[in-house]
Amino acid sequence: MIIIINGKKIKTGGGTILEVAKKNNIEIPALCNHPDLKPGSSCRVCMVEIKGNKKLVPACSTKVYPGMEIITESSKIKKVRKINLELLFSQHKEECLDCVWNGECSLLDLADKYKVKINRFKDRKSEYPVYQFGNVIQFDSSKCIDCRNCVVACHLQGVDFLEIKEKGTLFQVVPSTKNDCIYCGQCLIHCPAGAFESVGEFEDIEKPLKQKDKIVVFQFAPSIRSSIGEEFGMPYGSLVTGKIVAGLKKLGVDKIFDTCVGADFTTSSEALEVVERIKSNKNLPVLTSCCPSWVKFLEQRYPQLIPNISTTRSPQIILGSLIKTYWAKKNNIDPKKIYSVSIMPCVAKKFEIIRPENNVFGMHPVDCVLTTREFARLLMKHKIDLKKLKPVKMDNMFSDPSGAGVIYGASGGVMESAFRTAYEHLTNTKLKNVEFKQVRGMQGVKEAEIKVGSKKRKIAVINGLGLAKQFLEDMKLGKRKGYTCIEVMACPGGCIGGGGQPIPTNSEIREKRALTLYQVDKKKKIRKAHENPIVKKIYKEYLKDKELAHKVLHTSYSKKGRGLVKICK
Amino acid sequence: MPKNILKELKKYNLLGRSGSGFPTALKWELVKKAKARRKYIICNCSEGEPKNFKDKFILENYPEIVVQGIKTALKTIDNSSAFVYLKKEYYNSFSNKLSRFIKGLPIKLAKKKGGYLGGEETVICEVLEGKKPEPRIKPPFPTESGLWGCPTLVNNTETFYCVGKISKGEYKKTRFYTIAGDVKKQGVYELPEKYTVKEILKETGNYPDFDFFVQSGGGAMGEILLPKELNKQVQGIGSIVVYNIKKDPFSLMKEWTSFFLAENCDKCTPCREGLYRIDEIIAKKKINKQALSDIFLVLKETSLCPLGANAYKPFETLIKKIIK
Repeated sequence: MIIIINGKKIKTGGGTILEVAKKNNIEIPALCNHPDLKPGSSCRVCMVEIKGNKKLVPACSTKVYPGMEIITESSKIKKVRKINLELLFSQHKEECLDCVWNGECSLLDLADKYKVKINRFKDRKSEYPVYQFGNVIQFDSSKCIDCRNCVVACHLQGVDFLEIKEKGTLFQVVPSTKNDCIYCGQCLIHCPAGAFESVGEFEDIEKPLKQKDKIVVFQFAPSIRSSIGEEFGMPYGSLVTGKIVAGLKKLGVDKIFDTCVGADFTTSSEALEVVERIKSNKNLPVLTSCCPSWVKFLEQRYPQLIPNISTTRSPQIILGSLIKTYWAKKNNIDPKKIYSVSIMPCVAKKFEIIRPENNVFGMHPVDCVLTTREFARLLMKHKIDLKKLKPVKMDNMFSDPSGAGVIYGASGGVMESAFRTAYEHLTNTKLKNVEFKQVRGMQGVKEAEIKVGSKKRKIAVINGLGLAKQFLEDMKLGKRKGYTCIEVMACPGGCIGGGGQPIPTNSEIREKRALTLYQVDKKKKIRKAHENPIVKKIYKEYLKDKELAHKVLHTSYSKKGRGLVKICK
Repeated sequence: MPKNILKELKKYNLLGRSGSGFPTALKWELVKKAKARRKYIICNCSEGEPKNFKDKFILENYPEIVVQGIKTALKTIDNSSAFVYLKKEYYNSFSNKLSRFIKGLPIKLAKKKGGYLGGEETVICEVLEGKKPEPRIKPPFPTESGLWGCPTLVNNTETFYCVGKISKGEYKKTRFYTIAGDVKKQGVYELPEKYTVKEILKETGNYPDFDFFVQSGGGAMGEILLPKELNKQVQGIGSIVVYNIKKDPFSLMKEWTSFFLAENCDKCTPCREGLYRIDEIIAKKKINKQALSDIFLVLKETSLCPLGANAYKPFETLIKKIIK
C-alpha cells in the first residue's frame, strides 16, 4: 500500500505507523515502546497527526491503511510531546550518573530535543521505596514512569512477580507478596527509565585488585564477546574477545580465562548424564541447568521435576571450581588467596554463586559476578576505551575452547553442544555434520528429532521462561511427551539476550549477537567439547577420581521457598 | 417489530445515550455487516458518574422495554447472544425483574467490575472475558473486535429503551435527564430530546430563583454553563446539576479530582499525571493558568480513553466562567 508521511509517498506492506516510519528512517520518539512487547501505548509521547482525524493518535499502536496521511512533527505535536515529557519527568527521580541508561537515555535525549523543563513539576515519587530482590536486582520505584513494561515482561516470563497495586488513588508497580522473582532481569532490559539495576559495587572488584596478597582471576561468558562492543559504540554483534582480555589486563587483572572452556566441561559432564539416563531410562527428559533463573523457577514451582534437572554445574561454576582446585594446585597457590570474578550476561549469575550447593571444598567457586554492563562501566570509569584496544591473548590453561563452548551463549547452544558429544558416546561413531540447525535461531520453542544410532531422540529447546512454563504445563497434561532432553534459557534468545546485557536489547540485536557466536564455532578446528585437549587432560589427570569429579562437576537441588525481598529505602 | 429496524433508527436519528452520542443505526450496521461466526450484544447498565442515575430509573420502571430493545438487536444481528452488564447495586436490585423478561432468550446478566472505568466499552469486554478492568487500545473498536475478538454491539440502557420503544412503535423522541444539586425537585425526568437545559429546568419546576451555574452532561465530566448559556441541549449524558453561585469552586473541583483520581486507571501519562497535578494545583487555591492549560491540552489530545479525553472539560469551563 501507499501511505504519505510528512508529504512523502511511502510504499509499505503494513504495520504500525511507528514501524513503517522506522523502516523509512523517519524519527518518531517512542519511550515506552519496546519491540519485544505489544504496544502498551501508555507514555503518549509518540503522538502524531493523521489527516482527517480530529485527535492525535499514538504511532506505536495505530496501524497504517492505504492512503493514510501522517504528519510526525508540527507545533501541536511538539507541544504535547513536551508537556507529556514534563509530566513523565515529574514522576522520575533523576540519578543520571548512576543509571543503566547513562549516555543512552531516551528520556534525556527527548528532554533536549523538545526543550523540556524537567523540573517543571515537583517529583511526586521521591519518597517511594527502593526494593531489593535477593542479592541481585534493585527496583527504585521513585524512577518508575508507570509504563508497566516490567510487569508485562515479568508476565511474559510466566513469573508474575511484578504487579500493579492501587495505593491511595494511584497505582504502583510493586513486588508480589505471593510469587517470587527468578532474577532473570527482563524487567531491567525492558524498563525505559532505568528503575531497575543489578546489585553490585565497583568496590567489590577494585579493592581486591589493589590487595597485593590477592590473585584476581577473571573469566567471561561466551555471549560477552559479541555484545560488550555495543557499550563502546561498536556495531551489534562485533566480536571483541581479545579486546576484553586487553581491557582486563589494563585493569591489572592477574589471570584471564574463558568461561567457554568451562562450558566444554559442562558439556562433557552433561552428555555423560544424558547417556546414563538414556541407558537406565531414568529421569528423562533431562532438563538443562546452566540457566540459574530456570533452576530457581523449577525449585520453587515445579519441585517434582528436580530429579530431571542435570546435576552438572554451569560453566562459570565449573570453571570457578577448577580455578580454585586444579589450577591453584598446579600453580602452588593457596586457593583462599584467589579472588575469582566472572563477567556474565546475566544478573541471576550473582545468585548462582551464593548457592551453597555450588561450593567447592567449602569455597565459593566465584566470588563476584559483574554483568556485561557493569564491566563496561568499570572500564569506562578507568578511562579504558575497549574499541581502541589491541586484542591480547588469553592466559594459558583455560584459554582455548571448542566451538561447542562458544555457542553456549545462544539459545540451542547447550543442546547442540551436548548432542555433539552424547551422539558419539551413544553410537561409538564420529559425528560428521556437527551442526544441529533445527535448534538454532530466535524462535521461542524449537523441536527436533535426532537420529542417534537406530533410535530417534526427541529434543526441545526453549528460550523465554513463559514459553517454558507453558511447555511444562502441556507435558503435565500429556499434550507433549517423549522428550529425551529439554534446554531452557529464561531469557529470550538465551544468554545473548540476558538481563545483564547492554541495553537496548531487542530481537534484531539478539540475532546479531548470536550469529557472531555461530561464526566463531564454524571457524574452530575443534568443535566438540570432549575433544578439547584441556578437557581430556584434566579428566584423565584429575577427575578420574569419581568422588572428586562429583565435587567439582556436580551440584544438587532442592525444593525452595521464596527469596528475600527487602525495602532498602 | 418494524421490518427494517435500521431504517427506523436512522429515521429517528437515534444517538447513543451513554454520552458519546454515536449514531445507533451506524453502530448496528457495523456489527450486522461484520463477518463473524459469533457476535455479541452488550447492554451497558453501569453508569458511574456522580449525580447521575437515569439508567437506574429506567431499570426500575421499564425493564421490559429495555429487554425488548435487546431482543430487537438479537433479531437484527445474526448469530448473536447478549449480556446485560450491571453495576453491583443494580445487579442486586434488578436481576430478578430482568430475569423474568429475558426468560428463554440468549441474554445473560453480568456484574460490573472496577469503578467508573468498568463501564467503558472495551473495559466491559475485558471484564466479561475474566480479565482486569482496563481499557484496550482502540482501534480496533468493539464493533469490529470486541468480546473474545468477536464483533460486539455495546449500547447504553437508555439506548436499548429507545430501541424497545421504536420497535413497538411507541417512541416519542424523549430523553431521560437526572436533575440534581441545589434544586427543589431532584429526580429523573423523561422529556423531549429537543428541550434546552432552560426548558428542562423550567418544565420540572427546578429553575432557580437565585444566582447559579449549571453542570450539564455529567456530574464529573459535564461542562459548566452560565444562566445565559442555557438555551442549548444537554451535551453528553442526560444530567443537569445546579449549583448556587456561592458554591466554592475549589471545593467543587476537589470533588471532581477526587472522583477522577479514584476512578482512572493510571495507564496513560496525561490522565495519571495530569489529573494528579490538577489536584495539586487546585489544592493551593491558586490557578496556575499556563500549567493548567498545558495539562488540559494533553488530556484532550493524547489520553488513551474517553475518561481522560473529557476530564479537562469541567475544570476548563469552570475556571473560564466562574473563577475567571
